[in-house]
Amino acid sequence: MPADVILLAHGSGGRLSHELIREVFLAHFGNALLNPQDDSAVFPIDLPAGARLALTTDSYVVRPIFFPGGDIGTLAVCGTVNDLAMVGARPLHLSAGFILEEGLSVQDLTRVTASMARAAADAGVAIVTGDTKVVERGSADGLFINTAGVGVVAPGLSISGSNVKPGDVILLSGPIGAHGMAVLSQREGLQFSFPLCSDCAPLNGLVAAMLAAKPNIHCLRDPTRGGLATTLNEIAGQSHVGIEVDEVAIPVPEGVRAACELLGLDPLYVANEGKLVAFVPPEASGAVLLAMRAHPLGREATAIGLVTAEGLGRVVLRTALGARRVLDMLSGAQLPRIC
Amino acid sequence: MKYIDEFRDPQSVQRWLDRIRKRSTQPVRLMEFCGGHTHAIARFGLRRLLPASVQLLAGPGCPVCVTSSRDLDTALAIAQLPGVILTTFGDMLRVPGSQGSLERARAGGADVRMVYSTLDALAIARSNPHRDVVFLGIGFETTAPTVAAAAVQAGAERLANFSILSLHKLTPPAMRAILAAGEVRVSGIIGPGHVTTIIGADAWQFLPRDHHIPCAIAGFEPLDILQAIWALVDMIEGAAPDVRNTYSRSVRPAGNRVAQGLLERVFQTTDAEWRGLGTLARSGLVLREEFATLDAARRFCVQVGASREPAGCLCGQVLRGITAPPECPLFGKACRLEHPVGPCMVSGEGACAAYIQYGEA
Amino acid sequence: MCLAVPARVLAIDAQEAEVEIGGVKRRISIALTPQVRAGDYVLIHTGFAINVLDEAEAQETLQLFAEIEALGTQASEEPGDEVH
Repeated sequence: MPADVILLAHGSGGRLSHELIREVFLAHFGNALLNPQDDSAVFPIDLPAGARLALTTDSYVVRPIFFPGGDIGTLAVCGTVNDLAMVGARPLHLSAGFILEEGLSVQDLTRVTASMARAAADAGVAIVTGDTKVVERGSADGLFINTAGVGVVAPGLSISGSNVKPGDVILLSGPIGAHGMAVLSQREGLQFSFPLCSDCAPLNGLVAAMLAAKPNIHCLRDPTRGGLATTLNEIAGQSHVGIEVDEVAIPVPEGVRAACELLGLDPLYVANEGKLVAFVPPEASGAVLLAMRAHPLGREATAIGLVTAEGLGRVVLRTALGARRVLDMLSGAQLPRIC
Repeated sequence: MKYIDEFRDPQSVQRWLDRIRKRSTQPVRLMEFCGGHTHAIARFGLRRLLPASVQLLAGPGCPVCVTSSRDLDTALAIAQLPGVILTTFGDMLRVPGSQGSLERARAGGADVRMVYSTLDALAIARSNPHRDVVFLGIGFETTAPTVAAAAVQAGAERLANFSILSLHKLTPPAMRAILAAGEVRVSGIIGPGHVTTIIGADAWQFLPRDHHIPCAIAGFEPLDILQAIWALVDMIEGAAPDVRNTYSRSVRPAGNRVAQGLLERVFQTTDAEWRGLGTLARSGLVLREEFATLDAARRFCVQVGASREPAGCLCGQVLRGITAPPECPLFGKACRLEHPVGPCMVSGEGACAAYIQYGEA
Repeated sequence: MCLAVPARVLAIDAQEAEVEIGGVKRRISIALTPQVRAGDYVLIHTGFAINVLDEAEAQETLQLFAEIEALGTQASEEPGDEVH
């Protein structure tokens, strides 16, 4: 493709737009549903009786767009696949809308697109429709992406933040804080003796394995913005239950811990993009945990707490010192402290 | 992590708690002067672990909380001048002045940037030679020397577009003011470990000498705090007030002379307005004449009104230790983490924020 | 009273040092601790080392923690240094 930077003309719908779509997007995403380039992708769905559709959307504005362990493209695919997986849906297809800033390098766009194609292949989904707009320099920090996804929820599954019951065991699929700190470290120029990479990954395979072990999981959620603490608070509120978690049981990689100490942050509030929490009835928790540990994305899965019938709507943390204190939701952006 | 993990050992914590329990025969009220201690105590759940005879009281050692609304308004006014980039530590972004916060000013178009260090602000000044870069200097004696070092650096580089709005304050005057006011009965002071790293443990001699109150200089890990509390209980039980340095790995009697020298070279003391405490003589730092071109207060002429407290806000009383956060009528209702009325709710070390965020459970 | 974090000095370069904590590296200013050497531990606050940590004192403090259990809870030992 002759142009090395994105120009406003690439968004005008004319020849340059078509060249961009052909040379960048179709070259990486090409599939039978996308290739016709109609206004919508049309496909049949086989819905057994009692099955339902799931639909989700997310927009991605991460800065910087490239970070250790991934980029805005990987996030855009995994994030939406994971939102579908969190309601027990098998992801089918994704859409991708791009808002490009005038002056964005085509090489960067191509790199992001290639990441999306790889992530989609990993997750077993295809990007079947899309859109591209270009805005003036200064209006969009490089590149924003919106993805929407559709999936199928098998009959009999009822996985929701309002389904959690006292006595449920809380399982966490692995160590927390890697994504947020990988991005922040990139921004702040921290270096690591060993690389601190984002944990960005599609969780639909892990979820499928968990549901195959026990379909009666009450709730699944991926602790993204706001971190584990915020996610637990959301669920405690939605289901009107109490939650108690053990600080010692929550795995945090040493690099994350150290970076958090340096910047005055708390790992419990740092975003994750490849982890999930599961709320499981006690009699099913053993089997689900085993299934998690048998999967590459759940090797370090562990129980971190319980749902209770006290302190409704609140999350309590048992600290490493044995004291109990409230673990609140994130309020405002997590600002580093000096004092 | 070395120097952190060992000082958080849960078994040692239990042993110190036992020791405190056994030594303590009378109720004591200990003021943790420093907001960093309030935060650590809340985060580790220490309040609940201590025996009921030991009561902890938050003091005014939160530089964000004691910044007057007039000073914040000055920063806001400068931030809104054309061409200015205002750089600040993150803590100050959400504090409401009488015209809103720096965060809101940023949303309204002011160029306000968060930095982790004064050095970041210097770097911004170098890369933006045609803009005025102002650093909002908040903090006590721990932070002021770092700003002094940056001022010397800026002078050496002849960085013409860099200036500092110094709102730095000194802690011993605030301590004296609280005790002199006699509003709150305090049996002992948990001394600020990092401020004292700079100013030296000797700086607190006036507490046992003039007020017969013991002081234990504490670090910020759970064992440091418990060791200091034990030392205070021990001195109170023995009726032998003194200054004990329980943070000896960092604090020396004379402090950090190099840092003190930098402070002396760059700043001079001035009267300063402390939110909640009023104007305290010689409690603030202002840039010396030699550094006048680096002084944002002199470089920019802005008009602001007198300090105003939001209606019903009791931050002043909380800072003086006479009102506990839950006793403020706005606490948890009109004043919440997501909608703070006063600075004690905004700052990570503010007493109200610590109470709400890590509430009793 | 401010957030300050202990880190190990890896290398010194004029007025700056490269430090490390838990595998995380950072460049900081040593303007306030010109006497620091590689291998020392420092307290970092807002991008500056504000003091060099005294390993011997730290060990003594930790040793005290260990001794308490041995001596039993009736000990009237005073922790830390008295300042006169």
